Amino acid sequence: MRRFFPHPALTVAIFLLWMALNNASSLAHTVLALILAIGLPLLTRRFWPEHPPSVKLLPAIRLFCIVIYDILLASIDVAKLVLGPTKRIKPAFIEVPLDMQDPFVGTLLASIVSLTPGTVSIDIDRARWVLQVHALNVDDREATIRAIKTRYEQPLKEIFSC
Amino acid sequence: MSIWTETLIALLILVGAGFTLLGSIGLARLPDFFMRLHGPTKTTTLGVGAMVVASAIYFSVTDPGISLHEIAATMFLFITAPVSAHLLCKAALHIAHKPDSESDPKG
Amino acid sequence: MLNAVIQIAFAMIALAMVLSLYRMVRGPDATDRILALDTLYINTIALLVLLGINTSNSAYFESALLIAIMGFVGTVALSKYLLRGNIIE
Repeated sequence: MRRFFPHPALTVAIFLLWMALNNASSLAHTVLALILAIGLPLLTRRFWPEHPPSVKLLPAIRLFCIVIYDILLASIDVAKLVLGPTKRIKPAFIEVPLDMQDPFVGTLLASIVSLTPGTVSIDIDRARWVLQVHALNVDDREATIRAIKTRYEQPLKEIFSC
Repeated sequence: MSIWTETLIALLILVGAGFTLLGSIGLARLPDFFMRLHGPTKTTTLGVGAMVVASAIYFSVTDPGISLHEIAATMFLFITAPVSAHLLCKAALHIAHKPDSESDPKG
Repeated sequence: MLNAVIQIAFAMIALAMVLSLYRMVRGPDATDRILALDTLYINTIALLVLLGINTSNSAYFESALLIAIMGFVGTVALSKYLLRGNIIE
């Protein structure tokens, strides 16, 4: 099994992506999607990390919903700031210390932070495991750090169990 | 097309166009680069996302079969937006820290 | 109703594109211009999707997808150029 499906999640993702791009229209596309979904992971296995991370599905779905909800809220927040007087905005660079040391999960966290309320991630300092964040409007640095840690980092640690 | 789907599509289009416009207003109005970055990464992405969902509903209703490729495009936009924001940030910091730079050190 | 809404949305996106263009011309920094170009790409995607709904032609969507991919690659290549001085190492 392992030999033919080195990355089951990737196989499923390619299959679904191909079906979505072709509107799941015909049997021919289903067959082609199957060929691609099985062939591509085999051909590119040397480029992928050795062990695909194990994912807990339920917390992942919960985090996905939280992130979608937060993206909506974030945009409304940014909209208010953009339309209001620009002098009152207080931007700041914040450093968020991370509890995990996994490059993949760190990247995921950085992406989520970029898409959600008033923060864009700039860099992960791999020497100290600190996520550098630029926040658009900060009243309380500690609260922002706490929000990122409890809302996104905790669930991510739970999902990837690291 | 029923009146309800039409209203839903119209609403999504308006919300999408509104957020797209807000992102660009932010880009034009905010005073420094790192603040400008917030508009396009969040607001514009959401705006296009809403518009693309409107398109998915519209073509699912009018054409035979369901229209799914819009979903793939939305996912692509949401995955790529943080990546380009991150790279731009790094580039801005790099320019700001370069000693022989002619550009404004504020970035 | 849908037609009127689409016309309004066209106007809003056109305005958004003008604002992005203003930032691209104005600068003041290379990164600002790249960011403006990136926003312009995304605005174009919105415009094409809207055009597709307006003309009931889903073929426009393919070009929107292509612009999304090319825009992302372009932004990455330009930022990389600023960071390293070359694109392919």
